[in-house]
Amino acid sequence: MTAAIAVRGLEKSFGDQRVLRGVDFEVEHGSIFALLGSNGAGKTTVVRTLATLLRPDAGTASVNGFDVARQEADVRASISLTGQYAAVDEILTGRENLLLVARLRHVPDAADVADRVLERFDLTDAANRRVATYSGGMRRRLDIAMSLIGAPRVIFLDEPTTGLDPQARLGVWRCVAEAAAQGATILLTTHYLDEAEHLANRIAILHDGRILVNGTPAELKALLPPSRVEYVERQPTLEDVFFALVGDERNPTTDSGALS
Amino acid sequence: MTARFAGDTATLTGRSLRHIWRSPDTLVTTAVMPIAMLLLFVYVFGGAIDTRGTGSYVDYLLPGILLITIASGIAYTALRLFLDKQAGIVERFQSMSIARSAVLWAHVLTSLVANVVSVVVVVLVALLMGFRSGAGVLDLLAVAGILLLFTLALTWLAVIPGLTAKSADGATGFAYPLIFLPFISSAFVPTHTMPGPVRAFAEHQPVTAIVNTIRDLFAGQPVGGDIWVALAWCAGLLVVAYAFATATYRRTTTR
Ligand SMILES: Nc1ncnc2c1ncn2[C@@H]1O[C@H](COP(=O)(O)OP(=O)(O)O)[C@@H](O)[C@H]1O
Ligand SMILES: [Mg+2]
Repeated sequence: MTAAIAVRGLEKSFGDQRVLRGVDFEVEHGSIFALLGSNGAGKTTVVRTLATLLRPDAGTASVNGFDVARQEADVRASISLTGQYAAVDEILTGRENLLLVARLRHVPDAADVADRVLERFDLTDAANRRVATYSGGMRRRLDIAMSLIGAPRVIFLDEPTTGLDPQARLGVWRCVAEAAAQGATILLTTHYLDEAEHLANRIAILHDGRILVNGTPAELKALLPPSRVEYVERQPTLEDVFFALVGDERNPTTDSGALS
Repeated sequence: MTARFAGDTATLTGRSLRHIWRSPDTLVTTAVMPIAMLLLFVYVFGGAIDTRGTGSYVDYLLPGILLITIASGIAYTALRLFLDKQAGIVERFQSMSIARSAVLWAHVLTSLVANVVSVVVVVLVALLMGFRSGAGVLDLLAVAGILLLFTLALTWLAVIPGLTAKSADGATGFAYPLIFLPFISSAFVPTHTMPGPVRAFAEHQPVTAIVNTIRDLFAGQPVGGDIWVALAWCAGLLVVAYAFATATYRRTTTR
């Protein structure tokens, strides 16, 4: 059986800016694959190409066995895309957003499906509120929930946690795990190494328009320089000063504003 | 495929109608300006305007005011499309397995519904102000048909800035010249009062032909050749705007 996603020699330029210069990677069925790269590396360009929104200049890509350039309709029927910026309808409620997607995906019992997804993504209490009132983390969870409706075979998540606070980030991580538990193949992009490490079975680093390395988290770690213990002089923060003045209730041995 | 197109279009139209239902202020805003003009021209300027007709000035004025209502209504069509595109919602729909053109048609149908509501509101106000029509059922159907055709043509025109604008102001700004066009037509005063070049422009732009036709239909009088000129303008604009809008959609949303 072919890979869930297969990308070979993918090239894409915008004007004379060569963003992708021959990208190659494969993603196994049912796995979570993280595309790691700094801002502007071309992660979104890869995702948009795989989601049939951009046409590659050269190279081939297939998703769920369908060619993204020649079998667009089949690709679109196999995927769901959660873009870099949460594309949720702010005027509708959370439940209405889910119902909308369920109807567009021609899911038979849309209302039941929506309720179940709301439950799983911890959005039941907010279900009947307009999305405009949601926090960033709730929007992202709703956004991902919308992608799961209709059981797509391949799910693209473009920077699902960028801009979220640590707690909301954990919420999204749980959602990604939920999605994977459904058996879908997931390709997510991120610029956090720890996120890739936490979520993915394989990580590929996109840099200068090519895949620099591609491996399991353990393999990637082995490539990194070993961790070293460093002693760094740290200036007291305003918080340290405050606690020094009012009397420190924190553990005095670890951090009391004194220089180490 | 066509069943799917119809179903998807209905789903998406339901969504944008719900938007309007939740913020009906756009309908009110659309109707307020034409109503203000109606009041201003009928009660302030109207007495000084000689329309050489038998009917009241509100009868004379209403057709032009209805066109202004539609021209300001389609600014919101462009805005709604722009906001969907801006928010990435168009792209989300594009990456789904739905009929591609359903996304545009949903906005177009929503525009028709919203404009019908605004037009009905303005007509009700005109009735309160003494507007009376001697038109038969067929005449009224003809008026409705012409107004719908005009709305459809301007709506497809509005799709173009809705897809290409970089800002909300850019999306709505194209409507101002359209709102202004009736002022240089037979909508407010008869064209024969205008100086030569202005008159030439007024008599050869679409609003005059459409306004004259609707005015005759409302009066229950036989329409002249103006109706063919009016239909030709609307149909021509519709075909051109539709072609450009769909080409723009293909160009800006995929690849
Ligand atoms: N539609 C576009 N037109 C022109 N340049 C683009 C377009 N999309 C992306 N780029 C450029 O391509 C580069 C890669 O962008 P992107 O794929 O969004 O990177 P990433 O998602 O990794 O941050 C950036 O320099 C960006 O400015
Ligand atoms: Mg990006």
